[in-house]
Amino acid sequence: MNVSAVAAVTSCWSCKGPVAARALFCSVCGAVQGPGAIDHYTRLGMSPSFDVDLDELQRQYFGFQRRLHPDRFAAKSGKEKALSQLQATALNEAYETLKDPLKRAAYLLGLRGHPVDLTACGTINDRELLMEQMEKREALAEATTPEQVAKLAMGNESEVIACQCHISAAFNAGNLDEAAHLTIRLKYLVKLAEEARAKKSRVIRTP
Amino acid sequence: MLFQLHEPGETPAPHESERGLAVGIDLGTTNSVVALARDGAAEVLRDRDGGGLVPSVVHYADDGAVVVGQDARRMLLEQPDHVVSSVKRLMGRGTEDLKTLAGTLPFKLDVAADGGMVRLAVAGRTLTPVEVSADILRALRIRAELAQGKSVDRAVITVPAYFDDGARTATKDAARLAGLEVLRLVNEPTAAALAYGLDNSSEGLYAVFDLGGGTFDVSILRMEKGVFQVRATGGDSALGGDDIDHAIAEHFLAERAAIHGEVAITEGEAKQALAAARVAKECLSGRQDGEWVIEVDGKPSRHALTRDRMEELAAPWIDRTAAICRAVIEDAGIEVADIQGVVLVGGSTRMPLVRRKVKEIFGREPLSDINPDEVVAVGAALQAEALTVGSDTLLLDVTPLSLGIETMGNIVEKVIPRNTPIPVAMAQEFTTYQDGQTAMSIHVVQGEREMVDQCRSLARFVLRGIPNMAAGAARIRVTFTVDADGLLTVSASEATTGVEQQVAVKPSYGLTEDEMAAMLRDSLVHAKDDMTSRLFAETVVEARRSVLAVQAALKVDSDLLSDAERQDIDVAILRVDQAIASNDRDAVTAAMESLEAATKIFAERRMDRGIRSALAGMTVEKLDDALGE
Ligand SMILES: [Zn+2]
Repeated sequence: MNVSAVAAVTSCWSCKGPVAARALFCSVCGAVQGPGAIDHYTRLGMSPSFDVDLDELQRQYFGFQRRLHPDRFAAKSGKEKALSQLQATALNEAYETLKDPLKRAAYLLGLRGHPVDLTACGTINDRELLMEQMEKREALAEATTPEQVAKLAMGNESEVIACQCHISAAFNAGNLDEAAHLTIRLKYLVKLAEEARAKKSRVIRTP
Repeated sequence: MLFQLHEPGETPAPHESERGLAVGIDLGTTNSVVALARDGAAEVLRDRDGGGLVPSVVHYADDGAVVVGQDARRMLLEQPDHVVSSVKRLMGRGTEDLKTLAGTLPFKLDVAADGGMVRLAVAGRTLTPVEVSADILRALRIRAELAQGKSVDRAVITVPAYFDDGARTATKDAARLAGLEVLRLVNEPTAAALAYGLDNSSEGLYAVFDLGGGTFDVSILRMEKGVFQVRATGGDSALGGDDIDHAIAEHFLAERAAIHGEVAITEGEAKQALAAARVAKECLSGRQDGEWVIEVDGKPSRHALTRDRMEELAAPWIDRTAAICRAVIEDAGIEVADIQGVVLVGGSTRMPLVRRKVKEIFGREPLSDINPDEVVAVGAALQAEALTVGSDTLLLDVTPLSLGIETMGNIVEKVIPRNTPIPVAMAQEFTTYQDGQTAMSIHVVQGEREMVDQCRSLARFVLRGIPNMAAGAARIRVTFTVDADGLLTVSASEATTGVEQQVAVKPSYGLTEDEMAAMLRDSLVHAKDDMTSRLFAETVVEARRSVLAVQAALKVDSDLLSDAERQDIDVAILRVDQAIASNDRDAVTAAMESLEAATKIFAERRMDRGIRSALAGMTVEKLDDALGE
């Protein structure tokens, strides 16, 4: 744990006494507190890195949900129920973001002050990436057998993994421009993987 | 209700013994089951003959008497227009929906009721599906109370995973009418997994194949050390054993018509043919062939049917389940080979055809060591105990259907995609498309299709008071919140001005609060008492929490108080205890206000001390950081 974490103090809604702003429960009266504005990594007790151990992430997520999920508060007061729902919602958002490499990369870039917009569906302004994606899409469109689609999907899959390795290296080298560039490339690779999966089931269903 | 007076400082946590029992209820299309769990073991509550299934059939007599279950089912043939069955198929449905369902439903609808919720014409009365379901729930509640000799006031009620928001809300409303507080709505396949997982301490990925009378669900879950995490769910809320009954009944009627000629079929004859078809279907699960009798126009006719022919009739319906299973496996991002077991749920999974199909889809023999008719109620009862007494298990479920809003050109913009873990809150920004536009109509829909008219309409509302701006300048943020019951709330705000509106999504096919209040008045003789005691119970929970919080604070910081101040607080606590014992909600509220006033100074001093001690350990820069947050 980061000892120098800011020990900001707020008032516990239940006993009205002092409570650390990031505390989940009041140390005096035990009441659950609101989720607070902390980043996804801190929320799940993970260090802010692109390299995330998915098993550890899931263990942390389950551990926090075990204590904060609304099912633990079914017999409690209305306010405690509402706060636990906010806590569980925040945990879900954090977990869904960090377990997905693409979302995690974009989120970490935001945290490091170098945001990328993944929702923008504008043109690819990287010529090389544009050409590559057009070629792959054509190949997928022309594929007619499950084997052809599977081969393309497998090739794409290994590129996804390679791209993630490069993103990791870029983050570790502190090269955020490169990490952002690769994150956008990852976005297109993931999209292609989804299209390949959809095409695969179409090809199988209509032999 | 009786409350004991406690010495100050001894106020206990709310006692479970003060409350009635909490049961698990599987409110099914064809049959319902109620179960109760104690110490982690659930027991189905049975009738004198040992039967756990209560047919979801209600008989309404002319004198107003209501009978539920076997006795009502017996009346189905005698007084078909006084009996309602399969009402679950209508939960949360609007009159518009019935055009697509017409002909497949054993109901006479009140056609006068135009738009809004479906209404049934039964025994000269007009009833909503919510009221009929409430009658079933009330019968289950009474069954449990008779079996246990204690009052039952809370329940976990299961719903098909694929139920939309309207059907979930309708189920919750029905429980309220029946005098049951819903602890949680749990998805049927998830409840079944809970019943299995705890018994078998299974780990890994499991599929739950749930084919009931009127609904089909399939869920992929990961089970691990008491955690049940739903990865993906899918289904069809209008596909079930009922459809097979209809196919068989139509086959019998067609055979009859070929011999005796076409005649108009009365409601009673149709219900009798359906009853014969159901018996035939059930018999043919154990036998290869048989002969059944239907009666039309006073003339009985005999119909032979083999299992092979029955399976041909059923095949189109069962094939649909296969396509849904494959889509859900794909949604879960897994391969069939990753699945370690398949759990069968629902009476329709007794059919050998269904079992063969499941084996074909998943490539393995399905598990069915818990009675498929009772497994859901068992899981619900376990969850009811977990929620009231406590437990280490954790259910993490997902939204079954995407939620979105209508945008230009009737296109749906998804805000929450299907299979998102709940509870969840997601927001999307929209803008105005006309200069000076000051209001925006927001249409909330649920479903996977791209066009609005192919999705289910949940609610419409208008956000007003948008400042006069050029087209595209306003920033309207629409936030969807789905709680742990799978119920949706939508709020919208305009970012530049903060104009905000919140709607609980009830409208399109639901009951209004006024209708609900009127039904509560009509259906519960003690509705007012019931409401009052529920509100009182909530206030007591809140009051006890306050007292415990103050007592905890006194333990650590009592040195901040003078003797006189301390005494004031002790007296205020005593007053809260007395007010609780007096059974008077207003008195409790007043006593809590006094307690709050008596502890105000105490709270201020505690905050001062807390901030001072935090400061003592901090440098000036860190303080700036802290204040800047
Ligand atoms: Zn506190």
